[in-house]
Amino acid sequence: MALLDVQDLNVVFQTADGPVHAVNGLSFQIDKGETLAIVGESGSGKSQTAFAAMGLLAQNGAANGKVAFDGTDLLSLSPRQMNKMRAEKVAMIFQDPMTSLNPYMRISDQMAEVLTQHKGMSKRAAIAEATKMLDAVRIPDAAARITMYPHEFSGGMRQRIMIAMALLCQPQLLIADEPTTALDVTVQAQIMDLLGDIRRDFGTAIVLITHDLGIVADFCDRTLVMYGGQVMEEGATTDVFAEPAHPYTKGLLRAVPRIDRDDDVLQTISGEPPDMSRLPAGCPFSPRCDVALDHCAVQRPAKEHFGADRRRACHKPLAEVTS
Amino acid sequence: MSPILSVRDLEVAFDIRPQGAWPWTPSRKLHAVGGVSFDIAPGDCLGVVGESGSGKSTLARAIVGTVPATGGQILFEGADLAAMSVTERRAHRKDVQMIFQDPLAALNPRMTVGDIIAEPLVTHFPKTPRDEVKSRVRELMERVGLLPNLINRYPHEFSGGQCQRIGIARALILKPKLLICDEPVSALDVSVQAQVINLLAELRRDMGLSMVFIAHDLSVVKHISDRILVMYLGKQMEQAEAKVLCTRPEHPYTQALISSVPIPDPVLEAKRDRPVLEGDLPSPLAPPSGCVFRTRCPKAQASCAQVQPEMVVQEGNHMIACPFHAPMQVLQNA
Amino acid sequence: MIVDSATADRLAEAPHLAEVQGRSLWQDARVRFFRNKAAVASLVVLSLIAFFAFFGGFFAAFDNETIDFTLMGANAYKGVPSFETGHYFGVDSDGRDLFARTVQGTRISLLVGIVGAGVAVIVGTLYGATAGYFGGRIDGIMMRTVDVLMSIPFMFVLILMLVIFGRSILMLFIGIGLISWLDMARIARGQTLTLKNKEFVEAAVATGVSPMKIILRHIVPNLIGIVVVYATLLIPGMIITESFISFLGLGVQEPATSLGALIDTGADNLNNGTRWQLYFPLFFFVTTLFAFFFVGDGLRDALDPKDR
Repeated sequence: MALLDVQDLNVVFQTADGPVHAVNGLSFQIDKGETLAIVGESGSGKSQTAFAAMGLLAQNGAANGKVAFDGTDLLSLSPRQMNKMRAEKVAMIFQDPMTSLNPYMRISDQMAEVLTQHKGMSKRAAIAEATKMLDAVRIPDAAARITMYPHEFSGGMRQRIMIAMALLCQPQLLIADEPTTALDVTVQAQIMDLLGDIRRDFGTAIVLITHDLGIVADFCDRTLVMYGGQVMEEGATTDVFAEPAHPYTKGLLRAVPRIDRDDDVLQTISGEPPDMSRLPAGCPFSPRCDVALDHCAVQRPAKEHFGADRRRACHKPLAEVTS
Repeated sequence: MSPILSVRDLEVAFDIRPQGAWPWTPSRKLHAVGGVSFDIAPGDCLGVVGESGSGKSTLARAIVGTVPATGGQILFEGADLAAMSVTERRAHRKDVQMIFQDPLAALNPRMTVGDIIAEPLVTHFPKTPRDEVKSRVRELMERVGLLPNLINRYPHEFSGGQCQRIGIARALILKPKLLICDEPVSALDVSVQAQVINLLAELRRDMGLSMVFIAHDLSVVKHISDRILVMYLGKQMEQAEAKVLCTRPEHPYTQALISSVPIPDPVLEAKRDRPVLEGDLPSPLAPPSGCVFRTRCPKAQASCAQVQPEMVVQEGNHMIACPFHAPMQVLQNA
Repeated sequence: MIVDSATADRLAEAPHLAEVQGRSLWQDARVRFFRNKAAVASLVVLSLIAFFAFFGGFFAAFDNETIDFTLMGANAYKGVPSFETGHYFGVDSDGRDLFARTVQGTRISLLVGIVGAGVAVIVGTLYGATAGYFGGRIDGIMMRTVDVLMSIPFMFVLILMLVIFGRSILMLFIGIGLISWLDMARIARGQTLTLKNKEFVEAAVATGVSPMKIILRHIVPNLIGIVVVYATLLIPGMIITESFISFLGLGVQEPATSLGALIDTGADNLNNGTRWQLYFPLFFFVTTLFAFFFVGDGLRDALDPKDR
């Protein structure tokens, strides 16, 4: 059985301008110890998917569908049960670590709080455990720095602290929402290395939510590409990158400038990112797709399974897209 | 050909006042840019790469003149911008224009797109008749890929990519000779990034613009620039032709930087050996002595802490600020 | 390829298309404001009160100075509010028509509020924006001046002024105008400090727009939102100040009056069985204040949607 099983997830926000459908019929699974990348641009619904699964949607948002973690349906849990679940089984780290660190509390107190609350440890044991975890995320001189306040650390260090905090209760699943977007490349490389080690040492399954195709290529077993709140395609990372089966993925891969290549002109995807409150009835990518068919804008493409555990949602026949 | 812009030993320092200090306590100096020199030939594009805190944005602002230079020269067509008075300088501003990182924040939310784009024109040529201003604006909007009939709209009615196009149009209405782009695409989505990069490349070619292109993303900089300047903690580390710098970097920092850039190709990534740079950027208020990179440098020696390294110049005007430089192949099939 | 050619057509036609009118942030705010029922109702009430204050005189059977001698000595039972005598709100203790006096009093109170807020908006905003934009020493001198002015016990000075220079409405306006802008200047300066670091201001500096133009074109329009909200909340404060002064008997001079003075005499005569002398001015006073507060609240929600 899959560790996290998301079936037909929908997220709707009620706004002053009418309902906004952030996620539409999203399904995916992740197994124990696996890494899955959810790739998408702004407005693709990738972050809202994670928020919905973690019960962290904004006030005006509502999720329906099924999000089963190890057999438990997360969407039907009470806020109290969800809190416990978030602390012990599923952890999440964010783009800006400061959003989840209390600026007025010492790191030691913040970390110990988690352990005393959820593991019933004594404060002293909890701090010892927390120090060990900071060591594990390679914070130099952890024993001394644990008594510092969040603002005394650099951005990269804060992200390490976040990761250490997320790992305290040894969760089975870690959801990382754009964990390196605010960081410099050299620090990004450090953090991605760290996440790789954690996966190896703790066997944690990781969902990496990002817009950066580069870090996906290096890090994830499987890749899921989202656009306009829907899955465009999914498959093993090597397959998706080597042979993209959706015009969007294909366009995206060509649009990224690469340091190892000399392209004179970048291939572009025309148009603008989708307006989530006015999505077309059919494929959300159809207004920007250069191979769109007549019925793409009105009819939503069905999921098509093919190859080695891959799927895609496109009206254009597979052979014509990959050729 | 003589360079359109040559910067000599540019220094920018900020006064940092400690919180709650007495009025007579001397303020500390933050050297955001220290001793940067480069030349840009007409029609050329210089890329400036560096991490946050490297002083690359301050460099841009010093050239544009929104931040005063505290030392060195900024020679624009032979005239030293840094030595000019505010009023003298204002007349020169029409030749040097700037594009900003956050496309929406760079546009006044209370002004229409037409007024925003027209502002430089109206400022420098207040006597231009309204009809002409409007037709120039519409022409330019079309040029940067915006529908000219949207001239009366407000910035918040546009997407990020479109806002950046508005910013570009504003920068180009005076037909400047030099365009400073400060992280123009880093706030944009991948699919829109490519559109803006292509637009900038095209405008540069068509209008014969010289450009300074600043970004933290080396792949983007490499794509658009002729030469690249690598900065770290306000100092220049290496400067070379774009292609040379990316394929045969000699400074240890550049090498680490390039190997940190992820490549969207799982097969290549798996084969790649990536030496990861340890540690964080030191505080710019208390930079390391000698070479500022030595605290994170894999090749650092005791002598690095003593003196600031001299610029080594190699063939092809390849400049490296490291005595222990050595070429290194960091990319497999480049 | 339907989509493609359609896009191409659209682009080709574009230059000939009519210009699209934009929706400014002001228009957005207006839409949000009109969704707020309490604020809209209060705005209607305010307009009615303003109409009453400025045109009510045409409906009065008497003017506000004439003493109705027919009621002499019988105010308590003959001077009651009635349509037959023409004294819709009854008469005051001197036998003057209370309707005409309430109209005139409301007018004075509204004027005081609006003039006070107007001075605050114009002087305070420009002063604060200038101080904030230039920063450094200029900012220091300008804001310390404000601090010094603020530390003066204003009510005391105002009362002294009224005593020394004689009670007059002009003196009252000057007094209120002198202090009303201080808070506004501080608010405007604080906002300017955040605004001047925005990239659009930097863009204007880089282009070579002159500092005064930047303040007027880029800073002030972006301040107006918060300034307008503060101003609507300032008006009731001004009205209350004026009422307080008048209640002390130092404000408007007889025969002119204001809501505060009317409430004062009404309260004095509470034991004489002429309660309407208190209730009518009090009703207009309270209604005006409530309406201004609700409108201010609505404006804040409309102009600053981040708060919700």
